[in-house]
Amino acid sequence: MRPAFSVLFLTTLIGAGQGLLIAMVTGQIFVTLGGGPEVSGGFFAGGGLLALILLGLGLVASMFHLANPQRGWRAASRWRTSWLSREVILIPLLCGLVLLYALAHLLSLREVSLVLGLLSLLVCLALFVCTGMIYACVRFIRQWASAWTVVNYLMMGLASGFTLAAGYAGLAGSALAGFLTAAALALTLAALAARLTQLWLNARGTARSCMKTAIGTHHTQIRQITQGFMGQSFNTQEFFTPGGAEAIRGLTLLFILAGFVAPLGLIVLGVPVVAFVIQFVGLMAERWVFFAAGEHVQNLYYQAKA
Amino acid sequence: MPKKQLALVIDLNVCVGCHACVTSCKEWNTSGWAGPLSDVNPYGADPTGVFFNRVQTFECGTFPDTETIHFPKSCLHCEEPPCVPVCPTGASYKREADGIVLVDYDKCIGCKYCSWSCPYGAREFDPGQGVMKKCTLCVDRIYDMTLPEDRRKPACVLACPSSARIFGDINDPNSDTSKAIRDNGGFQLMPEWGTRPSNHYLPRRKTTMTVHRDELVRVDNPLKVEGELPRPAFTTPTIDGASSW
Ligand code: SF4
Ligand code: SF4
Repeated sequence: MRPAFSVLFLTTLIGAGQGLLIAMVTGQIFVTLGGGPEVSGGFFAGGGLLALILLGLGLVASMFHLANPQRGWRAASRWRTSWLSREVILIPLLCGLVLLYALAHLLSLREVSLVLGLLSLLVCLALFVCTGMIYACVRFIRQWASAWTVVNYLMMGLASGFTLAAGYAGLAGSALAGFLTAAALALTLAALAARLTQLWLNARGTARSCMKTAIGTHHTQIRQITQGFMGQSFNTQEFFTPGGAEAIRGLTLLFILAGFVAPLGLIVLGVPVVAFVIQFVGLMAERWVFFAAGEHVQNLYYQAKA
Repeated sequence: MPKKQLALVIDLNVCVGCHACVTSCKEWNTSGWAGPLSDVNPYGADPTGVFFNRVQTFECGTFPDTETIHFPKSCLHCEEPPCVPVCPTGASYKREADGIVLVDYDKCIGCKYCSWSCPYGAREFDPGQGVMKKCTLCVDRIYDMTLPEDRRKPACVLACPSSARIFGDINDPNSDTSKAIRDNGGFQLMPEWGTRPSNHYLPRRKTTMTVHRDELVRVDNPLKVEGELPRPAFTTPTIDGASSW
């Protein structure tokens, strides 16, 4: 599939935003349960607002993906059947909750903020599931159609969000820095493991359809002479990857290094802000590879020009 | 009786790959009230454009034992269309009345998500209008009462010079389409996905005849002399005793 930059930005930005918010809320729970020293409400409010900015930027990026964004509101109508529709509903809902969460902290309403925090935590998790399922439910791309897609969207969002939270806590001199740094390390490691698992599984999988079923002819040797036109079409542009296998291999190496290995080292070295920036670039590359490596069944019909 | 499901049956045994259906489809659908099927850079070096129907060509076997298959491909108006439920706006829908799968161009936001959920690559995005497009089975002409009845068919069906395209209700056992599917081994594309395409294809069929050796040699010519037989006399007795000529 051709990676669309609007979607790469959308998914990585809101992923980091959700991860950051979850980091804030779990931090608050950690403190409330007596696991750490008192942390000011301003710290959580700031984190919430930062998450809100990321979510907002993601929303802006998503608008660039639509050819008719002025009708975007219609996308909320089919939540019964469409994961995309569910995502469209949850993002603004989450934005609203995060805003209230930050406000509650600013007004020092501790109990209210905890309730709002828990609510937004649930919505964050649901949103991760929706975003992942948008891709995981596309049966015709075998590289996407598995639970690992959802797991990876969740884990990478958490990893980048907690790394950002660790950086923010360090800058703000918050007492939570230690807790968040440890969590960022653990989550980045777990995300790497999950992503490597999916890479491994995808390399071993086999396609379900072949030329035989595509044109319904029971012959062992079928090749396309022509796809029916000499130029391009939506089918040859949207479903094929510029750069091909070589670009995918190169960027896979890049995202493993920049998205996971380097951030791990940089967090250990105590520069989590730099770690986040590099990790974000790495995760953009990861998303690019995720799209580019998806082989759609329809490609069987577009193999030759004559 | 099951619900009405309009569809095409395409006979791969007859299709000659002339692309008449492709051009007539483009002409009809680009001239309609729903707006043009945009072309980008049509006379330039790298043209693209929206088509509802494409004719592809495949080859089976290795030379010289090959067989060429011309393969027209358009939306199959699946009975379980995976492209419909994923649409977030409801722009993509399947009509209750006749089973045609359509896109409402006034609702579509151009997210392209539906095209990912079609295994056949039947949907093509129109960059001009920013909406997803696909075969409508010429819904704007098959119900047009101002046309004579035999012209109320999809443009591709009317254009096909070899009558490789049959149009009708596949759920009506007496329709031409149902009979063709039943009698000629009609099949669906990629049945493994459970999409239950309504459009069917008829397979390539070999027409053969066995000729025995004695059918090539005249048995009433024992001397193997070719030419007009000698005409017997009028009175010569014959097998049926009626006449000798
Ligand atoms: S052929 Fe594709 S676009 Fe047409 S109904 Fe089936 S899945 Fe949908
Ligand atoms: S491109 Fe249009 S028809 Fe297709 S899923 Fe998006 S809104 Fe629905």
